[in-house]
Amino acid sequence: MARPLSSARFRAAALTLPLLAFVGVTFIAPLGSMLVRSFYEPHVADALPRTLAALRAWDGSSVPSEDTFRILATELRPLDQQRKLGGVATRVNRLEGGMRSTIMDTARALRGAEPDSWREAVIAADPAWGEEAAWLAVRRAGERYTIRHYLNALDLDRDPSGNIVAQSPERRIYVPLLLRTLGVSLAITVICLILGYPVAYLIANASPAKSNLLLLLVLVPFWTSLLVRTTSWIVLLQNQGVVNDLLVAAGVIGDDGRLALVYNMVGTLVAMTQVLLPFMILPLYAVMRSISPMYLRAASSLGATFLQGFVRVYWPQSLPGVAAGSLLVFILSIGYYITPALVGGRTGQLISNMIAYHMQESLNWGLAAALGVILLLAVMSLYLVYNRLVGIERMRLS
Amino acid sequence: MADTGTETHVEFRGVCKTYDGRTMVVRDLDLSVRRGEFFTLLGPSGSGKTTCLMMLAGFEAPTAGEISIDGRSVQDLPPRERGIGFVFQNYALFPHMSVRRNLAFPLEVRGVPADQQAERIQRVLEIVRLEGFEARRPSELSGGQQQRVAIARALVFEPNLVLMDEPLGALDRRLREEMQFEIRRIQQDLGVTVVYVTHDQQEAMSMSSRVAVFHGGRVQQVAEPEVLYEEPEREFVAGFIGDNNIFRGRITSVGRGVCDVETPDGVVKAFPVGECRPGQDAVLAIRPERVGLAKPGVFSNEFEARVDGILFIGDHLRLRLNLCGNADFIVKIPNIVGHGALLAGDRVSVGWAVTDCRALPLDGLEGNPEAEPGA
Repeated sequence: MARPLSSARFRAAALTLPLLAFVGVTFIAPLGSMLVRSFYEPHVADALPRTLAALRAWDGSSVPSEDTFRILATELRPLDQQRKLGGVATRVNRLEGGMRSTIMDTARALRGAEPDSWREAVIAADPAWGEEAAWLAVRRAGERYTIRHYLNALDLDRDPSGNIVAQSPERRIYVPLLLRTLGVSLAITVICLILGYPVAYLIANASPAKSNLLLLLVLVPFWTSLLVRTTSWIVLLQNQGVVNDLLVAAGVIGDDGRLALVYNMVGTLVAMTQVLLPFMILPLYAVMRSISPMYLRAASSLGATFLQGFVRVYWPQSLPGVAAGSLLVFILSIGYYITPALVGGRTGQLISNMIAYHMQESLNWGLAAALGVILLLAVMSLYLVYNRLVGIERMRLS
Repeated sequence: MADTGTETHVEFRGVCKTYDGRTMVVRDLDLSVRRGEFFTLLGPSGSGKTTCLMMLAGFEAPTAGEISIDGRSVQDLPPRERGIGFVFQNYALFPHMSVRRNLAFPLEVRGVPADQQAERIQRVLEIVRLEGFEARRPSELSGGQQQRVAIARALVFEPNLVLMDEPLGALDRRLREEMQFEIRRIQQDLGVTVVYVTHDQQEAMSMSSRVAVFHGGRVQQVAEPEVLYEEPEREFVAGFIGDNNIFRGRITSVGRGVCDVETPDGVVKAFPVGECRPGQDAVLAIRPERVGLAKPGVFSNEFEARVDGILFIGDHLRLRLNLCGNADFIVKIPNIVGHGALLAGDRVSVGWAVTDCRALPLDGLEGNPEAEPGA
């Protein structure tokens, strides 16, 4: 009896294999590889193995020995010839500004040279090699397993003796950005709840024909490309846009006092709220539809005012929808990218825009990965707190 | 019923209700419910009885007419100010609250002090015999227990008028009978006025002081259960309450307590109800158990008919005859003749007393609501 059942179950489960394979190849594997990148960086270690071995024995308090200079020079030469030096130089440069040109110039100057003193030749090629800082940067860039991306992402750094210290104030950007992202997400969630709750209530309690129409209106935005919706906000909100024109025409503001509504935090808030509102309304509606209007009638027959009935009878029963919608909107907005990228300007950027920058522009994938991991951890810890406070079993999507 | 006063508690005067402006759900309703009475609105679904209850509770407003409680019009009173206990069809217990908090709700919103609240909750739980369940959630109770909590919640703020909308509809038959007794007992112990809605005539008959039979948005008859059964005044009531053989004929003459009605099988002597005049069409109703096998000279009405079908029930037999234009004329005779004494195809002589056969004048209203002036 158990055997045919389990084989039937196995067959049913087997039908999901294509999906699992798809998810594995397109989602889990890249995610895993990014995770690995955040702490594993073999590039420099593989390129300069003997230099790094020599530096490990070095005490760091003075310029290394002649031997070390020679080994560095001989290891730079094949990398230069094979045009692989750029990647190494870039990575060292992230730890010590100017090291990219130092390394590239040195390799160029040493082409074909066979000097008596490598030390003098290398320092002549670039005087930076006469300072410990350059060598320390090479040694640290050569760490195969490293937490420096995480330190970087948390606005921390190491001092020359290797202690973890706070980044100088003007270079602290990621933690404030993460906090701003959390704050903006919270604000968007609250605004969506305030705007969406009455709409969901209306839809759930309207006659079938009206509620279908209203539901359709909520869903219409999904028929339009996100890009189109976001750019149309630019049309509405820009300096010479519809909103400002109307305000000027109505005499609320003067023509010279047009409001900056886009390419800043206001633009990000407005556009993201509009984009995410359906994700609040739909779970709320699903839960509210299951709350019988009889409960409010019962409350009023028992002597409660509408407000008393709402606060004590309706609202508690709608909480699972509030929880589901809020969690959905919050998590979606914490990782939102396109909308802030288009309408956020400089001040309306969120953490995901910074991750994208490091993926696409600075090509510092390790840092991008570390930022992504920290974002993930932040969401997960919030989820745990939320679960402790609200209880995830109280969340219902329908 | 001895405790039923004669003082009017609730009154409907000329109440009409329409939702779309064309179809009348309730038409021209006059009703008065006495204090302490168990008053039932009985009728098939769509007959307007629940709408009446909703208007009385204040959830719906009458299109025309007036409803008054204790002689005071409640036209402008919202439900919460009417002080009426309401037991909903599916109980409408608040699922996120314990039994205690459900019962405390009407007291809290009325600002009853906490110590009095506990005392009243305890008392009402005793009344519905549900002590010890205070901490449970409604979902942790059986259907019958939820029903008791719903009744307790409608009573805990001590209203003197309680409305119940098909409260037993969701229960199984055995529990339903048990709860019928319970509700009746509670009503009599507390002396509250109950207005009860049901489509189950057996329930209405067994519980009520008086019953108003609804059909097509109109009250057909208001009477005690026994009177409804024995003395129906309308064709609908005669057909709706219990089994009845209904057939038609034309009145030829009317005397004191008797009239002659011409039917396809001859003249039937019947008891005239209301204003019967010669030449009028009438509906005749006779209960199957009031028809007997005829012995000469006993009955004023005697007919011979062929037995089309026979059903052996045990203590009685059900005969199906084609009589007086009714092809489904049922006769219930006690099983004193023995099995096999009567067979399908036999011809039998049946008869009944004048007073058991009621002649109801056709008023042209029933089954034809569109003919109603002012509708």
